[in-house]
Amino acid sequence: MAGAAILGRLSWHVGRVVALRDETATARTITFEVATWPGHVAGQRVDLRVTAADGYSAVREYSIASAPRADGRIEFSIERLPNGEVSPYLTQDLAIGDLVELRGPIGGWFVWHERQAEPIQLVAGGSGIVPLMAMIRSRVATRSAAPFRLLYSVRNPDNVWYRDELQALSADGIGVTFVFTRTSPPTWPRPPGRIDAAALSEASWSSVLSPTCYVCGPTSFVECAAGLLSALGHSPDRIRTERFGPTGDQPRH
Amino acid sequence: MTESRGFVGRRGGGNVHLPPGQYLTRDFPVLSAGPTPHVPLDKWEFTVDDGTTVLRRWSWTSFRECETDSITADLHCVTRWSKLGTSWEGVSLDTLLKGLTSDASFALVRSYGGYTTNVPMKDLRDKQAWIAFRFDGADLAPEHGGPARLLVPHLYLWKSAKWVRGLTLLDHDEPGFWERLGYHNYGDPWQEQRYSGD
Repeated sequence: MAGAAILGRLSWHVGRVVALRDETATARTITFEVATWPGHVAGQRVDLRVTAADGYSAVREYSIASAPRADGRIEFSIERLPNGEVSPYLTQDLAIGDLVELRGPIGGWFVWHERQAEPIQLVAGGSGIVPLMAMIRSRVATRSAAPFRLLYSVRNPDNVWYRDELQALSADGIGVTFVFTRTSPPTWPRPPGRIDAAALSEASWSSVLSPTCYVCGPTSFVECAAGLLSALGHSPDRIRTERFGPTGDQPRH
Repeated sequence: MTESRGFVGRRGGGNVHLPPGQYLTRDFPVLSAGPTPHVPLDKWEFTVDDGTTVLRRWSWTSFRECETDSITADLHCVTRWSKLGTSWEGVSLDTLLKGLTSDASFALVRSYGGYTTNVPMKDLRDKQAWIAFRFDGADLAPEHGGPARLLVPHLYLWKSAKWVRGLTLLDHDEPGFWERLGYHNYGDPWQEQRYSGD
C-alpha cells in the first residue's frame, strides 16, 4: 500500500490569502501562501482553522485542489453551504491578505504519486472533483505519461468547476467526459441522468487494463459509481473512494 | 492562535459536551476507503483466531442466537462530526469472548473488503465493544457496515470497523489500515488523538 504516512506531530501553519476566484455561483477557489508548508501529495487534505477576535475557533477538513508546488502556495475550492458555519465565511467574507491556519497534510490512501505509471480512472461527482483535480494537476506538472481519464458528473452546465482548465486537458492527453444529471447543454448527445453502466464503460478505462480508480463525491454518488465499476470487472482493491456527506447532495461543511 | 479577520462563528452549542474540535451533526455521514462489500448472510461468518488457529467461529445463524444488548452511544468521527445518542443492537465482545483464555493484549480487527484496525483487548471488554447489526431499529445498511460492524464508541469511529469478519488476537500491537497511513494508533476523541503524534 502506498504510504504517505504522517510522521511526527502535525503543526499549524499560517496561510495568507493571495488569490480568490469564483468557480460557480456558490463555490470559490482560494489560494493561500503558506511559507512553512511541508508539502503534500495530490489527493491529501488539511484541517483548516479560523479563529474569531475573542479566541473562538472552528476547524473543518478540506481537500487540497493544487498539485504540490515549490512556492508554498496551496489552493482549495470550497462549496458554500447555506447553513454552514465555516464555508459561508470562507467563500464570502475572506479577502486578500486575510489569515487562516492550516494543519496537514492528512491522508495517505486517496492519493496519486508521480511514480504510479498505471492507467488512472477518475470519477467525480459535484464538489468531489477537488482531490481529483489535484491529481490531474500533479500529472500535468510532473509531465507524467500515466494515462488519465476523468468522468465528471454535475447537475447542470453551470455547476462545472475548473471549466477552462478541464477543457484544455485534451492537449495533455487527458480524456474528460461530462455527465449532466439535471440539465445538459443544447445538442449534448446524452440526455440528462445519473451515471449508469453504459456511460461509465464508454468513458472509462477497461478493467482489462487494471487502472487504479479514484471515486469522489457525495455518498450516494460514490456508492453508485464504485458499485458500477465493480460490476464492470474492476477489482475492489483497485477502487479507492472518498465520500462527502450523508445524502445525495450535501457536502460536509 | 492567528485571528481570521471577520470570522464570528456560530456559538452556543448549548449544553452539549463534545470532545475537543468536534461539531454536532444529525446526519450519519459515510466514510470508507473503497467500494461497499455486499456480503450475503448465508456466506457471512465471524471468527476469532490467534494468527494461526481459528479459536471460535459463528455463522450468521449462530451469531444471531447470541444474547444481544441495546446500546445508546455517542459517535465521534476523526473528520470532526459527532452524532449523539445513536441506538444500536449488537452482541457484546464480552459475550463472544466469554471463557476464552488468551494472553493477547491486542486485537487486529478484520473486515470484508480487506480493512483492518487495531484495538487493545482492554478496550474490547467490559461492555465497551459490540458486533452491531441493527441501527435505529433497522438492519444495518451496507454503506454503514452491514450486515455487521464493530461498535467501539469510546474511540474515533474508524476503529468501529464496518463489514467486520473477525478478530485476530495478538500478544503485540500491529497497526491497521489507517493507523499505517498516519492516523493515531489509539484514537481517543477526548484526548483528540487524531493523527500520529497527537
